[in-house]
Amino acid sequence: MALDPSFVGRTYPPTDPYEVGREKIREFAEAIGDANPAYTDTEAAKALGHLDVIAPPTFVFAITFKAAGTVVRDPQLGLDYSRVVHGDQKFAYTRPVRAGDRLTVTSTIEAVKTMAGNDIIDIRGDVHDEAGEHVVTAFTKLVARAAKEG
Amino acid sequence: MSAKISYDEVEVGTELPAQSFPVTRATLVQYAGASGDFNPIHWNEKFAIEVGLPDVIAHGMFTMAEAIRVVTDWTGDPGAVAEYGVRFTKPVIVPNDDNGALIEVSGKVAAKLDDDARTVRVDLTATSAGQKVLGMSRAVVRLA
Repeated sequence: MALDPSFVGRTYPPTDPYEVGREKIREFAEAIGDANPAYTDTEAAKALGHLDVIAPPTFVFAITFKAAGTVVRDPQLGLDYSRVVHGDQKFAYTRPVRAGDRLTVTSTIEAVKTMAGNDIIDIRGDVHDEAGEHVVTAFTKLVARAAKEG
Repeated sequence: MSAKISYDEVEVGTELPAQSFPVTRATLVQYAGASGDFNPIHWNEKFAIEVGLPDVIAHGMFTMAEAIRVVTDWTGDPGAVAEYGVRFTKPVIVPNDDNGALIEVSGKVAAKLDDDARTVRVDLTATSAGQKVLGMSRAVVRLA
């Protein structure tokens, strides 16, 4: 099913703030087996020049992907979410996410196209802190695999 | 930010210490909980096979999280990562045994980008069971 091309450039309202908890960062760091003290030890993080413990680089994906979920499930778009796989992922950071951040995500559909029966969508998630300062932008490419013939 | 590697010390071709990251079914369950990604293809073999996969596969974002550790362990400061992107080319297949799978990651400096910002581009290679699992895996890193 072809996607509705009029969705390109569409921007969705910012999400409600997500408050980054230090124990959530610790839980994530443990799950990826990463013992870097910048994730769990405030003094170690400060010694590196950070205001508080920081999150691993990919931590923010959970927040941006949830925001993208409301976009890709928009029935008007026509994406078959049950066939979606993650194609590409990129992050561009102004600064690392840190404990205490209250982050909002503004999602924009950057491109939609159909190639070899696969529907492809590029979504940008701009993440800002409570002061309105940019923290990171996530670029997510999702591919809905073509349904099998017959 | 205070990376422990100096921009002046590295050159194009400088290799980062390679690492291997084991992943078992238990790892995937723990990552599902921490990340909030409960897609059953990452823990339910029956479901994975039904949707055409050979077995349970690791979260792509788990593999992405492991691969950048080669960079963050090298710089010491994870906040030195300015950009990081990957393409998910092949899944990491995680069998239900005591060993699971191994994600092997190497990296090298591919370009010195900006003498003032002291940024370099690191290209990463990630394989599992001899298959390249990430493509276009690149990070831009601010060095000391």
